[in-house]
Amino acid sequence: MTTGLKPKHQRLALLVVALLALIGATLLAVYALRDQASYFYVPADVAANPPEPGQAIRLGGMVETGSITTQADGVTVQFIVEDGEARVPVSYTGILPDLFVEGSGVVADGRMDANGTFVADNLLAKHDENYMPRELEGMTTAEMREEMQDTVSGSSQ
Amino acid sequence: MIAEIGLAALWLSAALAVLQLLGGFAGARAADGVAPLSALVRPAATLQAFLCSIAFLSLVYLFAVTDLSVRLVAINSHSMKPMIFKLSGTWGNHEGSMLLWVTVMAMAGGLIALIERRLAERTMMATLAAQAFVALGFYAFLILSSNPFERLTEVPAEGNGLNPLLQDIGLAFHPPTLYIGYVGLSVAFSFAVGALLTRAVTPEFARVMRPWVLAAWIFLTIGITAGSYWAYYELGWGGWWFWDPVENASLMPWLAATALLHSASVLAARDALRTWTIMLGVIAFSMSMVGTFLVRSGILTSVHAFAVDPERGSFILGLLILYIGGALVIFALRANTIAEGERFSLVSREGALVVNNIALSAILGIVLLGTLYPLLTEAFDVRVSVGPPYFNPVGAIFFLPMVLVLMVGPLLRWRRDEFSRIIKPVALAGTIVLAVLVGVALLNDIGILSVLGLALAAGLAIASWAPLFKRALLRTPLAVWGMCLAHFGVAVALFGMAADSAFQKERLVAASVGDVVEVGPWTGRLDSVNALAGQNWTAMQANMMISYDGGPEREARPQSRNFWTPQMETSEVALLTRWNGQLYVAVGNQAEDGRWQLRLWWKPFVTFIWYGGLLIALGGALALVGRVIGDLRRRRYATDVDDHDELPLEPEVQPAS
Repeated sequence: MTTGLKPKHQRLALLVVALLALIGATLLAVYALRDQASYFYVPADVAANPPEPGQAIRLGGMVETGSITTQADGVTVQFIVEDGEARVPVSYTGILPDLFVEGSGVVADGRMDANGTFVADNLLAKHDENYMPRELEGMTTAEMREEMQDTVSGSSQ
Repeated sequence: MIAEIGLAALWLSAALAVLQLLGGFAGARAADGVAPLSALVRPAATLQAFLCSIAFLSLVYLFAVTDLSVRLVAINSHSMKPMIFKLSGTWGNHEGSMLLWVTVMAMAGGLIALIERRLAERTMMATLAAQAFVALGFYAFLILSSNPFERLTEVPAEGNGLNPLLQDIGLAFHPPTLYIGYVGLSVAFSFAVGALLTRAVTPEFARVMRPWVLAAWIFLTIGITAGSYWAYYELGWGGWWFWDPVENASLMPWLAATALLHSASVLAARDALRTWTIMLGVIAFSMSMVGTFLVRSGILTSVHAFAVDPERGSFILGLLILYIGGALVIFALRANTIAEGERFSLVSREGALVVNNIALSAILGIVLLGTLYPLLTEAFDVRVSVGPPYFNPVGAIFFLPMVLVLMVGPLLRWRRDEFSRIIKPVALAGTIVLAVLVGVALLNDIGILSVLGLALAAGLAIASWAPLFKRALLRTPLAVWGMCLAHFGVAVALFGMAADSAFQKERLVAASVGDVVEVGPWTGRLDSVNALAGQNWTAMQANMMISYDGGPEREARPQSRNFWTPQMETSEVALLTRWNGQLYVAVGNQAEDGRWQLRLWWKPFVTFIWYGGLLIALGGALALVGRVIGDLRRRRYATDVDDHDELPLEPEVQPAS
């Protein structure tokens, strides 16, 4: 009970409690961030320094032309993401995002499996020049130009 | 012509803000708040509200008639767009939304100038000067780097159109609501700075500030709730919160405002937590500006980042540093001159509210850190993204204990109390929590956070009404009702979140016409797929008949929409709502063999998330009405009684004894 404490001490106690909580929160956050933040990889990074299977990462690059295949279930697609230096096979089960087409930029959230295939939970495709996954900004100019020329919709009927 | 009128109104407003700043500053320096220019301060503030409204309405008009000679309209609008989206397109872009920002800010300033008479004149002058100082920065930003009325020398034949994701009725209301919340917090900021400058941090100051914070907070709550629902049905990803930086940008001011609301209650009722309340007043609006900076500077990519322009980013960053830094300097200089407030025991209403404040601040810190972390690492050329695996568990570590305290806190008396006095309701709530905990944990396969969330939500749903127990309900102040309702809303929303993540069922199939799809208790049949066209889009629509648990069939018509101005595809989901949840249906592409991709989610009780948000806002609205009535009554008494005397009818929230 703090009622017996002098005002100054009570104030100090409150301050200490608040500071401890905030410092605790910060430490916790920093610790969790180191663990939970998913790092961005391009295929060259994956080849040079493969991430642990199961670790959440983001993979970004271009969808290789001619690489998209749909599985028999009709909802699983496989394709290759490349950056001119290396290629990573990707598997994704779900509705493809709008404007997901071969030769266009893509960012995938997910993880590597034991066989070296990237299993994506979520795909972000280029929507238009105002809404491009930020991670694609570091791409080579040739790739950027290729991407900018691409204005066709991937799935119009 | 209209564009020129709008621009002139803006310049005049800025000039009036200079006058308001000078007059207010002079008034604040005089002992009685009266100086040569100070009589002009209130009219200047009111007139600004009027002029800014004219500027804003001019822009609305330009969008309504699609005046393509105005650059902003040409870039963001299109003559073929439905009227409602022409109007809402006014603020669906950077310049227009900043004009909305300063308009709301001028209106808030005009309103305090017009009706706020309770504070000492000197403090009011300092407050209005601070408000003008903040407004000036945003006028400068608008006029110098984001002029919405700029003309084009060559008038294009047609406009560029609006981002189709933003062509939604939700957009008509979502940004204005959030902006009223964001900018309303500027009033709290100005009051805090005013009180600091004149060393008048009193319970009266808290009572004056509280309705403004409450009003801003209500709008923020509604804005966040609406934004979450918009993301849920418009993005077609089935989620209702993505921890997107933009969502975080709206959550952070809300967390700070919630803490401020509670600490202002302590200051108003018990004259404690003086410095802390001032600090929160500064932080709350700072978070609004940080949010604006993150969203508008273009350093984050999202549907909200209209224009990537480093110059604008630096401008907002400059304003941010000026205002937050300035306020913190004043705070550092003045904080030690604020006398210490009343004491209280840890087991007391104040004690519980302090815990609430610490938890909210901790969550705020966690969200802020998680939002800024990718920017920090990018400085070292490491690119990361931070998502739910970080925010959910780390936030929950502070949120769930806060819910525990939320059950108990409102039952405690101010100043000092004993747990033994409230043992019965606490035992009841505790029993419910444990019962649900055990019951749900026995159903396997449910994440620990969902289990805890369900149990705490059940306990809080009951405990939130406990403060009404044994009270004469009709004579209970509205503010108490509001508190109970808002806390109940927290329980409802928490229940929705936990139930959705615990019981959600998902099904993804490629279906031919005639195929039957099942998900959870729902059975759906794909009858046909047809093409159709709207004013500025074409779509493929899947026509499904779906029934719940063998009941009557209902239509579901999800679409994959293709806009052509600008070129973009969006998913229009179909939602089948029942009292106990929603079925969420999205249609995707056609596979090469002719089958259609269908994605169905059965989301039990997901709607409770938004009902909860609305209940929280409604509780705030009840409290606001109660406070305003109390204030009016107080004002009437104040003519007979000394200003600082308490009324016989104590309007502060006090538990029944």
